[in-house]
Amino acid sequence: MDQVLNALKLPTDRNIRYLLVILISIMAIMAVASGDRFFSVANLQSMSSQMPLLGMLALAMAVCMLTGGINLSIIATTNACSLVMASIITMAPDNGMVLLFALVAGLVTAVVIGLLNGALIAYVGVSPILATLGMMTLINGLNVLISGGSVMSGFPESLLVIGNGAVLGIPMPLILFVFFAIGLWGLLEHTSLGRTIYLMGSNEKAAQFSGINTQKAVLYVYAISSILCWVAALVMMAKFNSAKAGYGESYLLIAILASVLGGINPDGGFGRIIGIGLALIVLQTLESGLNLLGVSSYLTMALWGGILILFITLQKRKA
Amino acid sequence: MRDRMRFRWDALIKRHEFYLAALIGLMVIGLGISSEDFLTLGNIFDMSVSSAILGIMACGLFVVLIAGGIDISFPATAAIAQYVMATYVLSIGGNFFIAFLIAAAVGMLLGLINAVLVYKLKVPAIIITISTLNLFFGLLIYFSNGAWLYGFPDWFMDGVEWFTFVGSDGYDYGLSLPIITLVAVVLFTSFLMSKTRLGRQIYAMGGNADAASRIGINLFGIHLFVYGYMGALAGIASVVQTQITQSVAPNSLMGFELTVLAAVVLGGTSMTGGKGTLMGVVLGVALLAIMKNGLTLLGVPSYWHAVVTGLIIVFSISMTALNEKKQALQGA
Repeated sequence: MDQVLNALKLPTDRNIRYLLVILISIMAIMAVASGDRFFSVANLQSMSSQMPLLGMLALAMAVCMLTGGINLSIIATTNACSLVMASIITMAPDNGMVLLFALVAGLVTAVVIGLLNGALIAYVGVSPILATLGMMTLINGLNVLISGGSVMSGFPESLLVIGNGAVLGIPMPLILFVFFAIGLWGLLEHTSLGRTIYLMGSNEKAAQFSGINTQKAVLYVYAISSILCWVAALVMMAKFNSAKAGYGESYLLIAILASVLGGINPDGGFGRIIGIGLALIVLQTLESGLNLLGVSSYLTMALWGGILILFITLQKRKA
Repeated sequence: MRDRMRFRWDALIKRHEFYLAALIGLMVIGLGISSEDFLTLGNIFDMSVSSAILGIMACGLFVVLIAGGIDISFPATAAIAQYVMATYVLSIGGNFFIAFLIAAAVGMLLGLINAVLVYKLKVPAIIITISTLNLFFGLLIYFSNGAWLYGFPDWFMDGVEWFTFVGSDGYDYGLSLPIITLVAVVLFTSFLMSKTRLGRQIYAMGGNADAASRIGINLFGIHLFVYGYMGALAGIASVVQTQITQSVAPNSLMGFELTVLAAVVLGGTSMTGGKGTLMGVVLGVALLAIMKNGLTLLGVPSYWHAVVTGLIIVFSISMTALNEKKQALQGA
């Protein structure tokens, strides 16, 4: 009997409960204010094709925050990957082998950047904020240098599908996001690396003393973060049909915001992928809803900041 | 005598500032030889003016970092202070004293909001200030419609110019408003952090907040002070920026936060609080300014500037980290 009651009291995580309350109230307000337009298929589709880009970046941020770190170089990494891929693809846009080669080159770029970040943090001993800030400056510089600051465009249809295609009415970016979110969830909750990540975030010393090679784990974490940036790069290239240094810089802080809103503890150790998913839905419904109501996007930006503070206050009130 | 010399030398080469100063020295010598414009008084004044805003804000962020916090929201604080100040000057007038006063007061007020949130919510300061950055910027652009302000009165446009002289290139140089403000802010911050009780309390809180609290330091008071001080300096820097660019654009400072952070940590200030010197910060700002100026004078394409800056930052923070690691090993 108790078990049934507990199951009905879904979800037990207070963080997720708050998010659900916020989400339902936003939806209720939208239903009253402009229900038929907000819940139209077109709006739902546009919402679900916008969210995944921020979603991938939030996952890239969150996996680092779980270890108690942070990755300020996610946008720079994403742009680096898309520029590397774009410069290869545009040499021969219609050649399948070139496309494949470009994808691999982008992935290699991501892994190299991730390993450099990880090595700076784990072996040199630089704090994560500084290491990734320095790398961000360096990569941004290289991005501008390689591209000459210009826009690269002209991609084949097979790549653009990632950004604009749909399967059974579900936009491709959303499918990609769900796929990688589930993958990351499996990694975090069902592998020893995942356990290590949580343990390191809670108490790095304890993790070291229990015989875990934390330095190697940090390398993995930042490499995974970079690989997620590579996926974000694919989505971004396909959506914008172009690549340029400096795209999407405003996403950096919002990715942190989404992670924290999703219940990732910035000190590390706590937080689940499902929370991030909910947080992203909250942010996206809020943005699309306000947009439909004709509210300025800058006011939305202010609201995002306000909501995060409100949310933290709620969390702390009863903690 | 010889032992004492050696002892001093040993202490010196352990310090981050020493390497930074040596690097700057090498750059100055190299640039002095390869470009005849570099070591002219005119160029040195130009460099000081163009790094004034960075330097003033770096002083504020330095104090926050020493206290063990961080503030990312100050570009938004500065932008709001700038907007309020410019609106006042355009509609009522006044003088520089009033302009600085208004901007500093507005900045301090917003800084106090940060302080209350950081202290009461006990969440990492970076998260709070990222939220307030979005909040402040969003509200400013919403209410101002992103409109530019210009057409300031003559006294504002002309600024202040002490001890003017004519440089070798024929232009007038002198102690202008940005340089005077920069020097005043650096001197005041230096006095504050090394000669006052408050300054030592800030170091104590950054070093170990629990211990500081137990010896009777009012942590909330220190929070209010450091974030308020950061806000006030952001306001002051915004007046200087307005005077240099002669106009106000709400988004002109956006993205500046990470540059200032880079300059401060380049100077060896620790991100965990309690460690760092203002000398290091000044050297960090100077290094960035000299490098940018030098690359321009040498005719290096601007595409390379960010790459070189990034390399120097990565190199410098790695050296600091390795140095700290070595000392921790020796101490243990």
